[in-house]
Amino acid sequence: MLHTINKSPFEKNSLDTCLRLAKSGSEILLLEDGVYAAIKGTAVEPKMRQALSDYTVYALGPDLKARGIEEDRLIDGIEVVGYDGFVDLAANSDRVQSWL
Amino acid sequence: MGNGAKKFMYVNRRAPYGTIYALEGLEVVLIGAAFDQDVCMAFVDDGVFQLKKGQDTNESNMKNFSPTYRALGDYDVNKLYVEKESLEQRGMSEDDLLELTYEDEEDDYKEKPSIRIVNKEELADLMEQQDVILNY
Repeated sequence: MLHTINKSPFEKNSLDTCLRLAKSGSEILLLEDGVYAAIKGTAVEPKMRQALSDYTVYALGPDLKARGIEEDRLIDGIEVVGYDGFVDLAANSDRVQSWL
Repeated sequence: MGNGAKKFMYVNRRAPYGTIYALEGLEVVLIGAAFDQDVCMAFVDDGVFQLKKGQDTNESNMKNFSPTYRALGDYDVNKLYVEKESLEQRGMSEDDLLELTYEDEEDDYKEKPSIRIVNKEELADLMEQQDVILNY
């Protein structure tokens, strides 16, 4: 199952609620302001590192670029995907939950 | 419910009144109920405030739509899952919630509670069982 998060983890609880309710083995895609959760050295990094042991985490490249976040600033293990990758993730999942 | 029925879950994560999400979400559920699908609702995070009993909007000049939740049972929407962790974080328990019931046509139209308190693991399992999940 694919979970998407499009809100900043510093402003909304979408990331926390997703991590509380997503089953282990799920995919999580960070997009729009959700990509701020992918950056190294933030207050949410420990939470994301923990998440990486339970989930496969992706961040949407075009949204990282739009916000000036270079790939070397990302937490190791987070995979960058483009719009085509987003489509593949959604198409290969039985269902998608958008944590708005 | 026909064999072609899909399982729909409406996830509510916002408080009533501050934004229009809760009211709009409730209206969509009631409209969607006409399509004879297997519908349930989940109340998570501030969404649990939607079901708080004793809402009174007389002095704020807004429509009190909390009585509308009572209509859900008549539309065969009788699985309202409330996440225990969200309730506890907000200092609430089942006693704080509206008493919502439905008549079980398979059990001699007995009145049964629609609200079911579930923990995060149970809710995660329920989400995995849906065909479609919609968010408000």
